[in-house]
Amino acid sequence: MKKWMAIWAFVVFLPAVHAQNPPAPSNVENGKRLYLKNGCYECHGTVGQGAQANPLAPRLAPRPPALAALIAYVRKPAGGMPPYVSKVMSDAELEDVRAYLASIPEPPPLKSIALLNP
Amino acid sequence: MSKSKKSRVGRRGFLRGAAVGAAAALAAKPPVAMAQQAVQSGTAQVAANAGPAAEARIIDRPGSDFMLEVFKSIGFDYLFANPGGSFGGLHESVINIGGNKDPEFITCMHEESSVAMSHGYAKVEGKPVLTMAHGTVGLQHAAMALYNAWCDRVPVYLVIGNTLDVQHRGGEVAWVHSVQDAAGMVREFVKWDDTPVSLQHFAESAVRAYKVAMTPPRLPVVLVADTEMQDNQIPAGENLRIPKLTLTAPPAGDPAAVAEAAKMLVAAENPVIVAGRAASSGSAEGLRLMVELAETLQAGVIDQYQRLNFPSHHRLNQSLNPRAALANADLVLALEPGDLYGTLRPVRQRRPIKVITITSGDLYLKSNYQDFQRFNDTDLSIGADAEATLPALIEAIKRLTTSDRRIAFEARGAKLADLSRQNLEQARVAATYGWDASPITTARLTTEVWAQVKNEDWSYASEALFVSNWPLKLWDMNKHYHYIGGKGGAGIGYGAPATLGAAVANKKHGRFTVNIQTDGDMMYAPGILWTAAHHRIPILTLMHNNRAYHQEVMGIQGTANHRGRGIDRIHIGTKIDDPFIDYAKLAQSMGVRSEGPISDPKDLGGAIRRGIEVVKRGEPYLIDVVTQGR
Repeated sequence: MKKWMAIWAFVVFLPAVHAQNPPAPSNVENGKRLYLKNGCYECHGTVGQGAQANPLAPRLAPRPPALAALIAYVRKPAGGMPPYVSKVMSDAELEDVRAYLASIPEPPPLKSIALLNP
Repeated sequence: MSKSKKSRVGRRGFLRGAAVGAAAALAAKPPVAMAQQAVQSGTAQVAANAGPAAEARIIDRPGSDFMLEVFKSIGFDYLFANPGGSFGGLHESVINIGGNKDPEFITCMHEESSVAMSHGYAKVEGKPVLTMAHGTVGLQHAAMALYNAWCDRVPVYLVIGNTLDVQHRGGEVAWVHSVQDAAGMVREFVKWDDTPVSLQHFAESAVRAYKVAMTPPRLPVVLVADTEMQDNQIPAGENLRIPKLTLTAPPAGDPAAVAEAAKMLVAAENPVIVAGRAASSGSAEGLRLMVELAETLQAGVIDQYQRLNFPSHHRLNQSLNPRAALANADLVLALEPGDLYGTLRPVRQRRPIKVITITSGDLYLKSNYQDFQRFNDTDLSIGADAEATLPALIEAIKRLTTSDRRIAFEARGAKLADLSRQNLEQARVAATYGWDASPITTARLTTEVWAQVKNEDWSYASEALFVSNWPLKLWDMNKHYHYIGGKGGAGIGYGAPATLGAAVANKKHGRFTVNIQTDGDMMYAPGILWTAAHHRIPILTLMHNNRAYHQEVMGIQGTANHRGRGIDRIHIGTKIDDPFIDYAKLAQSMGVRSEGPISDPKDLGGAIRRGIEVVKRGEPYLIDVVTQGR
């Protein structure tokens, strides 16, 4: 139960704060590079869309968790996600990763995609 | 539900028919070919002793001709095999005496492919094909596929050749291909095997093997065909008889237990049906009964999708959100469940819940291979085939349902329909994320395919797990062949051949087979592409080419991170790159038309359209799609 609460908090409760301070473009680029280099995309997808068959790999973009929550979770995750220690990804690097995730555009509206509207 | 089949040649009239057929076939052959045949069929010693001027001794009534008639009496449509000398006698009888029809020889390029193709075929067609392999090296190749079929409760009928008598092992290779107990190495994961020592024994065991395989729980069987018995002349005057095949009626639940189950289900406030392989017969009937059961109760259904047990977009289908469906459940009816323990654990960690099981799994258990999962506490266990038990259960429920309960059922069903609509809407919204991404998302790939095949009589024959189950969410599946589940034993290498086997079954019904094919699985035995081209098997294959053993990427990444060592080297042993595999060229090299790699999702629609045109002309087509991990 704790695990699910933690995931729920990670995915749902903690986004949004970032919008107050739009990230610098260089941070976004570096964040993308780190997101791919460090394998975040393997479970969460290259644009943070999440893996729909795996509830432990939730969608992260375009509304990622707040930075403090992101760092706390990555250091000591619940459920199936492995921890990333600071020597693997520093707090500053995680900030850039978060900037990348926040920079990803919203998906097109469902109604605009004819193939998804039977 | 018993069914009997008659031999096409008459069970007592075999010898006369076989002699005429053999004579006719041999008359059309040149003498050299006949002599070669004698050598190849295990009579080398006889031929060698005859001297240069003597004609080779002709075996005009070999035992394999009788074996073939036994197989014809059972009614096999196809023979899936990679050729092997230890069943060469049977092979020759099939193509010459049998005219390569019923069964028709489908050339496979690996024994694992032969068996996996049989696996896929049986799930679509509801009955096995004939499958053959060498008894040693062939069976060792085939073993993994047999294990998958065993775990998946699928009737695979495998005949293996072997030479028991040392006097007839012609040389070093024959010796290393001979074994004392040929079926022994797979005995732990087949339902039954036998090594007949006479032709009459063979006939009885062949018919028995089919009955055993087709009686729930349906499972693989192995029959050993001795090479001598295949190749030697049928003794004059031998009165051989092909036994009558009558399939065993599947075991249905005890009437008192079924009545008790109905009573519990009618009284429950929120019963939930969990189905693993409930619709197990490979026919429309299982699915129809499941719909009738759920609608009678207005109960939610969680399909574990080891078969298509329930229409994916039915208003009572709660499979997209099983946790929500179980949140308020007070009774679970589990029908041939898979991992029931895992499905119920989130609920049982919080509160007790009543459980009824109906499963043939209670009737069959082995010790060594532990596919039976964790033990489940139950309140009523019915050891029976679920599909065979459903008619009685449905009738009992109807008898017990009062008008008050019916009103309550309808209210329950209306709520479930709302949930089902919400779940589907959420799935569609989720599919929009990464819609234009490259590599292409599995949601986009799946949706693009669905848009173009939904108006065909289609069959999605591959497993949905590795594409995030999108087909199970977005495709309206309502026929048993729309989805046939997965590997069973989680052994990679199943996908490509099993979908091709399914395509063979679909072909005669004019169905359109779709395979979303993982890259790692394809490379276990890519020779299936040649089989598809050679036999003109229509199938649209879309490579889910994430260029990795992606499950293992995630696994090693997790291990490295748990050890705080970083993930710099997790590509070693897990990625399929440097070089990337060009699947379009691989397919072309084996005669399959293809295109790709496609990385831009905007290019998918046109490629699929071109592929469909080719497949509808009766040929295979492959599109290499570069995809996200899941």
